[in-house]
Amino acid sequence: MERWNERVERFVFSTSRLAPEPPAADITPDAAFPSYFISDMMPFAPADWALKVGGLVARPGALSLDALKKMPRTDMRVRHHCVEGWSAVAAWHGVRLSDLAKFVGASSDARYVEFRSFDSGYYSSWDIESATHPQTILAYGMNGRMLYPDHGAPLRLYSAVKLGYKQVKYLTEVNFLPNRTGGYWENQGYEWYGGV
Amino acid sequence: MESRAPEHRSVTAGRRAQPAPIRLAHWITIPLLVIMAGSGLQIFAAYPALGPRGEQYGWYPFQNVVPPSWMRFGGWLAGARHWHFAIAWFLILNGVFYLIYLSASGEWRRRVFLPARDTSNALAMFAYYVRIRKTPPPEDFYNGLQRLAYTSAIIFGIVVVLSGLAIYKPVQLHLLTALFGGYDSARVVHLGCLVLLFLFAVNHIVLVVLHPRTIITMVTGGRRE
Repeated sequence: MERWNERVERFVFSTSRLAPEPPAADITPDAAFPSYFISDMMPFAPADWALKVGGLVARPGALSLDALKKMPRTDMRVRHHCVEGWSAVAAWHGVRLSDLAKFVGASSDARYVEFRSFDSGYYSSWDIESATHPQTILAYGMNGRMLYPDHGAPLRLYSAVKLGYKQVKYLTEVNFLPNRTGGYWENQGYEWYGGV
Repeated sequence: MESRAPEHRSVTAGRRAQPAPIRLAHWITIPLLVIMAGSGLQIFAAYPALGPRGEQYGWYPFQNVVPPSWMRFGGWLAGARHWHFAIAWFLILNGVFYLIYLSASGEWRRRVFLPARDTSNALAMFAYYVRIRKTPPPEDFYNGLQRLAYTSAIIFGIVVVLSGLAIYKPVQLHLLTALFGGYDSARVVHLGCLVLLFLFAVNHIVLVVLHPRTIITMVTGGRRE
């Protein structure tokens, strides 16, 4: 049944359909925007943090935060949809994953993208269509300032087209892969596709 | 008293009071709707509040009250979601089948509430129930109040499906979601439909118990007209 639902979800998904931008007045106050991590303590990035990019790419390597900030910047204000049923609004600033895919020369055989973190191994994998949607970014900023540790500093995945648990925080690795590789919640029974 | 036979007779002549497709759709609905309600409340239990984060709606009196466990089904959030999004298809299929039969067979003529025909009868029946009136108004097949109740249940069913789609796909179907006033109000409508369907079911069961013959008719189909 989940497979059937995924087929329906992929059918209604459009790479060009954008989530509407709520007015700035709808931005959720910082204290009211939930955040969580699976580690016992809030994870902090090591001093030599860099994003590893690998898999089916022509130019694998590691990107520093500065290198990412030099890439074209995308800003978006969208509603967050949590699997639990709540919603919240924030503005996010970062690099489109589609721009990163071009930058590293991702192969067309890469139908999935895996995102790994330094939060006790939390990870998720996505279909390439959602990952390269114009509103899917690697965010280093939130609500006009840098990303704070509770929301996944220094870099997190953020997207308008997926449920919250798919949006990996505390990123360490992005891998362009030919197969899906599950995810932290997905392996425990949550729906893999998780589109909204 | 009206001597002329109701206009719907010509369409349903020779047909049982409850034709097989209607009985089938009726009985299939019950377990499916119970599973949908239980799994829906299990999903709701993950965040039993209404309104976006930081701006929960002030008018809702049960903010953060978790529905009791006996009302919930599916074990946990992920399990309830799997149940909800699986059974939903069968309930929609059953509903579409019912609506197609209702319109194609002409059954709607004796079942659907038509304001011009049924309003005064519904009011008279209501007056009878609340003891303002001593005798019930004449009824042909159904009285006006029955038609109003059954028709509103169909409307609740349609709205619960549409509002459900609006919160399932608030981005891909954002025009539908906007029609309900956005994600969080669509969630209110979705839960509100559940409450209305529950109230309908309570009324329905009470009246059926008071008129037990109708249960037999809904099983056997009843006599041919």
